[in-house]
Amino acid sequence: MDVLALEHVTSTQGDFALAAHWAIPEGALVAVVGPSGAGKSTLLGAVAGFVAINAGRVLWQGRDISRTSPSLRPVSILFQDNNLFPHLTVFENVALGLRPSLRLTVAERQRVEGALARVGLVGLGPRKPAQLSGGQQSRVALARVLLQRKPVMLLDEPFAALGPALRKEMLALVAEICRETRATLLMVSHELRDAETIADQLVLVSDGVAHAPAPTQQVLADPSAALRNYLG
Amino acid sequence: MSDPARQARALALLFGGLVAVWLVMLNFGALGAVAFRAEGLTALRNSDWAAVRFTLLQATLSAGLSVALAIPIARALARRQFFGRGLLITLMGAPFILPTLVAVLGLLAVFGRSGLVNQVFDMLGLSRFNIFGLHGVVLAHVFYNLPLATRILLQGWAGIPSERFRLAAVLGFSPRDTFRQLEAPMLRDLAPGAFLVIFLICLTSFSVALTMGGGPRATTVELAIFQAFRFDFDMGRAAMLALVQFGLCAVAGVIAWRVALPSSLGGGLDRPVQRFDLGGRGLRLRDAALIMAGAAFLLVPLAMVVLRGAPHVAALPPEVWQATGRSLIVALGATAATIAMTLALAHAVLALGGKRGAGLEWLGLAALAASPLVIGTGLFLLIRPLANPRDFALLVTMLVNAGMAMPFALRLILPDLRAELTTQGRLATALGLHGWARLRIVTLPRLRRPLGFAAGLTAALSMGDLGVIMLFAEREGATLPMQLYRLMNAYRQDDAAGAALVLLGASLALFVVFERWGRGRAGT
Repeated sequence: MDVLALEHVTSTQGDFALAAHWAIPEGALVAVVGPSGAGKSTLLGAVAGFVAINAGRVLWQGRDISRTSPSLRPVSILFQDNNLFPHLTVFENVALGLRPSLRLTVAERQRVEGALARVGLVGLGPRKPAQLSGGQQSRVALARVLLQRKPVMLLDEPFAALGPALRKEMLALVAEICRETRATLLMVSHELRDAETIADQLVLVSDGVAHAPAPTQQVLADPSAALRNYLG
Repeated sequence: MSDPARQARALALLFGGLVAVWLVMLNFGALGAVAFRAEGLTALRNSDWAAVRFTLLQATLSAGLSVALAIPIARALARRQFFGRGLLITLMGAPFILPTLVAVLGLLAVFGRSGLVNQVFDMLGLSRFNIFGLHGVVLAHVFYNLPLATRILLQGWAGIPSERFRLAAVLGFSPRDTFRQLEAPMLRDLAPGAFLVIFLICLTSFSVALTMGGGPRATTVELAIFQAFRFDFDMGRAAMLALVQFGLCAVAGVIAWRVALPSSLGGGLDRPVQRFDLGGRGLRLRDAALIMAGAAFLLVPLAMVVLRGAPHVAALPPEVWQATGRSLIVALGATAATIAMTLALAHAVLALGGKRGAGLEWLGLAALAASPLVIGTGLFLLIRPLANPRDFALLVTMLVNAGMAMPFALRLILPDLRAELTTQGRLATALGLHGWARLRIVTLPRLRRPLGFAAGLTAALSMGDLGVIMLFAEREGATLPMQLYRLMNAYRQDDAAGAALVLLGASLALFVVFERWGRGRAGT
């Protein structure tokens, strides 16, 4: 059953416009690919509520969420950078996913510790983000996503600065988390290989259109003209 | 379900709007009250026009001299590296928070009737000179504003990329060529702004004119308002003068708004650019002499305040300590009000954005050209029908001080808040951080440094302010600067020296405590 639907959505900023009209089923792992500047981030921003849409509707389980403010949408999002507050500890950064007031009960503190353990950061709670490696910082952000328990996870290339091996590790972790929480994933990807490893569907964004998702294997075996252009 | 993001925005606009209304009332409403209650405007006398001319003359001279002297000093400081350079530049920021009366006492100790300079003149058999009058006012203003001008220009020098100096060295530029090609264009950009800032500051000069001016021939408009109000109780004339003062400030303010005002409060000045045009021995000696003369002009009067005051602090009468307590309350109250109002206004500016946001920002900065005496007179007249204005002396002083400090606080806080919003606004929004939680968890910790600096500045300015309180207070209920003024007027020199040192210490301590707080545990 489709849970997230974009109904004749268009978003215009200056002379840039993006259009989308499709839906994805629950639990799908979708990669968004396409040339830079095509509007991949705009697509995620529209779903998350950071980019205004001029026409159409964003639907969640049939409910219109186009006017809902970001924190009330059923989505968690990781941006390309600035995913952690540098002045807060790792523990506090993760705890924000549970309680934005940071006033936690004992049980909630245990859940935060549990999330840190799940991503392999036991004992690093008191540190500041600057004291961690890039990979560890990504894990902190993922631990927070885990606690947020939102049904849709949006990744706007948060691992772009990591090396290939580390990025693969993170994507594996993302896939595990999505499976555990039965979340639907929409991730922007620059590397088609990354998309291949975890995504079961591909959305190609080009020429101002976010094309409907199609099964990854099928798309790669028989690329459309637009995708062939992108792949070169 | 209620939407927290929209609630937070509405709250920001509500509080920002309230602050805006308050500022409009303070900056324009008070003037209206003066005009309305005056029961007919009285025509200005010849002496009032003399005050207008004197105000413009002293402001022009003060600003012109400050900038003209700052150019060689800043130039020497920019290209030399020496022990204590950082400290000297830090000290150049000190006059900004130095209470006017303390500066005046320091200057009198050096240039006054029995000051150091006249002692030397005596020894040389020259006749003593009299400091009071135009040159005294200008001297005090230059003392105050030369460091400000130097810091503004130094920032200009720091802003010239070091690669240009390297290129100049490769091309074999002489110091004169370097000046013409690299430094003069920067000065053309910055000097007019520096001149205007200082001109604006001197335009509303009250306590310097009160203490250094000499009778009717050296009276500023601000001082004339005070005299018309306090001595003649001639509301019509006070109102007329207030309108004139408002007009002067408005014109100067609009011009200053056109010429982008430089911000003098930024950091990064303690890192000298590597220079290759250091010239020979002669140039080095000249730079050293300039720097030392500048430092002496600044430091000797301050040292005199400390030396003269120290023996008398212990024997100060209790009124001085009571006044100190009152001043501390005023300063802390003004600081809290300024920070709260600035945060509210800054959030509203960013929430509105665009032209309307800029308009709101302009309103916050408008107090830069406002006259505290006009505002004070207006508030006095507004309160009078309802209650005895004397009962509100401290509260009014606190609120007017808060309004006066706001432009500086806004300039310090708004850029950082804007930066915080662009880098981490989306993250905070995505996590549902809104309103108070966001302020407590994200905004305040991230803005600690500018907040601490703004708070320190406000507290010190307010501690040392002698202005509105002079309109309101009676014998009792004086603040420390007012008490000090009384001691000076009563020729109680020793007590005055002691009180000046207490005032200096309190202002500096307030500044240092807040500023340190801002630096501690600053978020990385």
